[in-house]
Amino acid sequence: MKYLYALMLVLLTCGGVAAKDAVQLADDPVVEQRLIAISEEMRCLVCQNESLAGSRADLANDLRRELRALIKQGKTDEEIKEFMVSRYGDFVLYRPPVKPTTWILWAGPFGLMAVGVAALFVYLRRRNAAIVSSGLTDEERKRADALLQEGEK
Amino acid sequence: MNAKTLIPLALFSVLVGFLAVGLRLDPHEVPSPLVNKPAPAFKVAQLEQADAQFSPEDLKGKVWLFNVWASWCVACRQEHPVLMEFARAQVAPLIGLDYKDQRKDAMGVLKRAGNPYDITAFDADGRVGIDYGVYGVPESYVIDKAGVIRYKHIGPITMEALQKTIIPLINELKKS
Amino acid sequence: MTAELGHFALILALCVSLVQGILPIAGAQYGRREWILLARPAAQALFLLMACSFAALAWSFYTNDFSVQYVAEHSNAQLPTLYRFGAVWGGHEGSLLLWVLMLSGWTVAVAQNSRTLDDTMVARVIGVLGLVTTGLLMFVLFTSNPFTRLLPAAENGRDLNPLLQDPGLVFHPPMLYMGYVGFSVAFAFAIAALLSGRLDAAWARWSRPWTTAAWVFLTLGIALGSWWAYYELGWGGWWFWDPVENASFLPWLLGTALLHSLAVTEKRGSFKSWTVLLAIGAFSLSLLGTFLVRSGVLTSVHAFATDPRRGIFILVLLVLVVGSSLALFAWRAPKVALGGSFGLMSRESLMLAGNVLLVVACASVLLGTLYPLIIDALHLGKISVGPPYFNAVFVPVMAPVLFLLAAVPLARWKHAEARDIALRMWIPGVLALLAGALVPRLMGGWTVLTGLGVALSVWIAVSGVIQIARRLKSGLPPSSFWGMHLGHMGIAVFVFGVTMVGGYQEEQDVRMEPGDTVLVGGHLFKMVGVQDVPGPNYSAARGAFEVSHNGGAVHMLYPEKRNYFSSTMPMTEAAIDAGFIRDVYVSLGEPLEGKAWAVRVYFKPFVDWIWGGCVLMALGGLFAMSDKRYRLRVKAGAMDTGLTKGATA
Repeated sequence: MKYLYALMLVLLTCGGVAAKDAVQLADDPVVEQRLIAISEEMRCLVCQNESLAGSRADLANDLRRELRALIKQGKTDEEIKEFMVSRYGDFVLYRPPVKPTTWILWAGPFGLMAVGVAALFVYLRRRNAAIVSSGLTDEERKRADALLQEGEK
Repeated sequence: MNAKTLIPLALFSVLVGFLAVGLRLDPHEVPSPLVNKPAPAFKVAQLEQADAQFSPEDLKGKVWLFNVWASWCVACRQEHPVLMEFARAQVAPLIGLDYKDQRKDAMGVLKRAGNPYDITAFDADGRVGIDYGVYGVPESYVIDKAGVIRYKHIGPITMEALQKTIIPLINELKKS
Repeated sequence: MTAELGHFALILALCVSLVQGILPIAGAQYGRREWILLARPAAQALFLLMACSFAALAWSFYTNDFSVQYVAEHSNAQLPTLYRFGAVWGGHEGSLLLWVLMLSGWTVAVAQNSRTLDDTMVARVIGVLGLVTTGLLMFVLFTSNPFTRLLPAAENGRDLNPLLQDPGLVFHPPMLYMGYVGFSVAFAFAIAALLSGRLDAAWARWSRPWTTAAWVFLTLGIALGSWWAYYELGWGGWWFWDPVENASFLPWLLGTALLHSLAVTEKRGSFKSWTVLLAIGAFSLSLLGTFLVRSGVLTSVHAFATDPRRGIFILVLLVLVVGSSLALFAWRAPKVALGGSFGLMSRESLMLAGNVLLVVACASVLLGTLYPLIIDALHLGKISVGPPYFNAVFVPVMAPVLFLLAAVPLARWKHAEARDIALRMWIPGVLALLAGALVPRLMGGWTVLTGLGVALSVWIAVSGVIQIARRLKSGLPPSSFWGMHLGHMGIAVFVFGVTMVGGYQEEQDVRMEPGDTVLVGGHLFKMVGVQDVPGPNYSAARGAFEVSHNGGAVHMLYPEKRNYFSSTMPMTEAAIDAGFIRDVYVSLGEPLEGKAWAVRVYFKPFVDWIWGGCVLMALGGLFAMSDKRYRLRVKAGAMDTGLTKGATA
């Protein structure tokens, strides 16, 4: 009986000591990193608006499995994107490809910024010309400026 | 009123135009890039005879309807009677792809509700589905004599779609 | 019976809002004093009726009245009372009722707090608000009635979506709607100004506190939504550029531009038509957002259950409200006087530049959000526009705004010298460059984005501190001064948080058994075990984890995996240990064989600075609103061009 107890004790303590560093869920962390980077930019097709990286849907799991296999085969990012696009269309990419239909999309913000700033410039110049000068002498203008500066503190 | 102050109203009108059109579109529907491209090749076991295989090659020279379904898919049950009708009409071969399913469950459905398929291919892990851009069952493809996908129908096939679109297309393709 | 009373109250409310919308404006137009005086009482009556209607719906939820269809769809007998109340706005019909309740609330607030404002102006403002309320009430009564009966009544409700069973639900939508709806007041003031032809600094002074209040609510509402997504969804993200998120961000961007534009109009009498246009724009974006979210034209995690009929109705409402406002603008705006002159380099022009950039940023987000719809409508295919696009485009457009932000308070009104400003900014400049170069390296690696983010936030923060210090030398500055600086400091804190978390967060996806450890971001996580724990309407597996840093104090974290009885999808409740400079975050994945679980562990440096920054911004808004000049009793009709003695920054 004593030996049985001793055996149990030894087994139990061994169980406790067996605690270890958690193991990565993915077989290969490097491949997984690349998978996450690629799939974050893709849409989960059966979700309401989630990335392929984050979704737990069945199709998403399957697609990630396929992409993992492609990464292990050594395919480039471009080739992997092509794999998805040839099956699901551009809709699957969260980063819209740059093609004639998306020129306005990609150039728009920067174009608007340029146009906006230019228009502002032109407007400001023209505006001042439209306002009749106030007729202060230089001396008076200096005094007015000083008063205004004081008023701002 | 001068031209500049009308710009916001003009821009808004354009926006409203797009929004109005948008109300009739379905943002979830993913049109297939595979239309007018060759049907992706594959070779898998059949559902009923696990030792027999199926490949789209087998149907070269014929126009056929390829229907992706599963026993766990509720909408597939909706389209089942329509498929039975299609099979009865003997318009073209109807090949099923049982997607991510259990053999037992699939065969059970076919036994209970009837089997409209000439052959059913068994896609256990969904790889064939992915190659065909399947994202939600049921989905169906009309494939022509040269093995090129000519049309994809997303969702259950309705009688209307069958009669107005699919059957006319198949007949059209059979002539060439 | 209660539901019918609530329904009846809504119908009465529609009648009152019709009166409120039409008569006061007509009265102001044709000088009929009795009609003008109807405005305030109408607003009060409307609010009372809306409150009754809302109370009726809330009561139906509280008493589990499953004969009301909306209650049956969104509640459940086992649902905890707090969420039964939150479920009132958990679906489309109820949330719309909340919208209209708040609109009537803001209206009555304007009615009560405008004793010193000219009656004709008040009549127009309340009238415009009445017209908007009428449109929305018609929408509710004809397409989205929350009081429809379900007969025979359901045994038990379908339950509130488990994702919504969280305190966040109780606060996020109400805050957000307070913001959206609040911009209707600025809108109403703008329309009233166009109708009356009176567009002066006094008008701007009246609009400003209301606009600021709406902006504060919207800021907090968006921040709450982001924080909620972060801790509730279990994957540690805080912003996804989802169409519904963008729908709330668009009015915020324009609202920020409006806030600053109003400041200039109030002080200098300039930018009048621009300010009016922005006011119309901000509220239009609120309405547009409502359309996008409820019509089904865009794919979103947040979208309500959709019905194209509702989409058509809101679109018509949008066309009527926005279209007529913009037409009114086109007609009346050119008649408005220009205001004072200012130099090419001056505080006015720099603020206008900031404004233009904010509008460009807003337009860019709008473009990205609507582009898939536009391409699809033109039969050019189907594309997605997601976070990679928005991040690529938003950062370059906003960076100049952040840069200007720090320098503008130093520029003088009317005429400023670039050299003066540069001389006063050299300390922040140097410190910003140093920080931008060093801090990223200390954190783990330098990239253009992290360098830029750190540099800009330090630039803003240091210049703010220096300006405050300088100003304190001449006595205690007024609330509005603190408002501006708190707001800008909030932005600096926000940018710093975003930069740090985006650049340096760490994540591990591991298989853990009781006793296993994993090291993430310098923190050691040890799994103690997983227990089964029952909840009111769910059963959960609760994990226990110990976290410690460099052998220091041990914190316990209890992430859960819940299975709600009403849903097949399991819900992840992440466990977060929040700290001033970092969050550690654990979420349970799937159970594996034996006692092992898939566990996701995150280290998120400075992530709480994101929402902390938003809170600071909101606080800034509150200070700005409470400046005593808004509480001074100004005689109605007093002409005032903003050059009064003591006008402060």
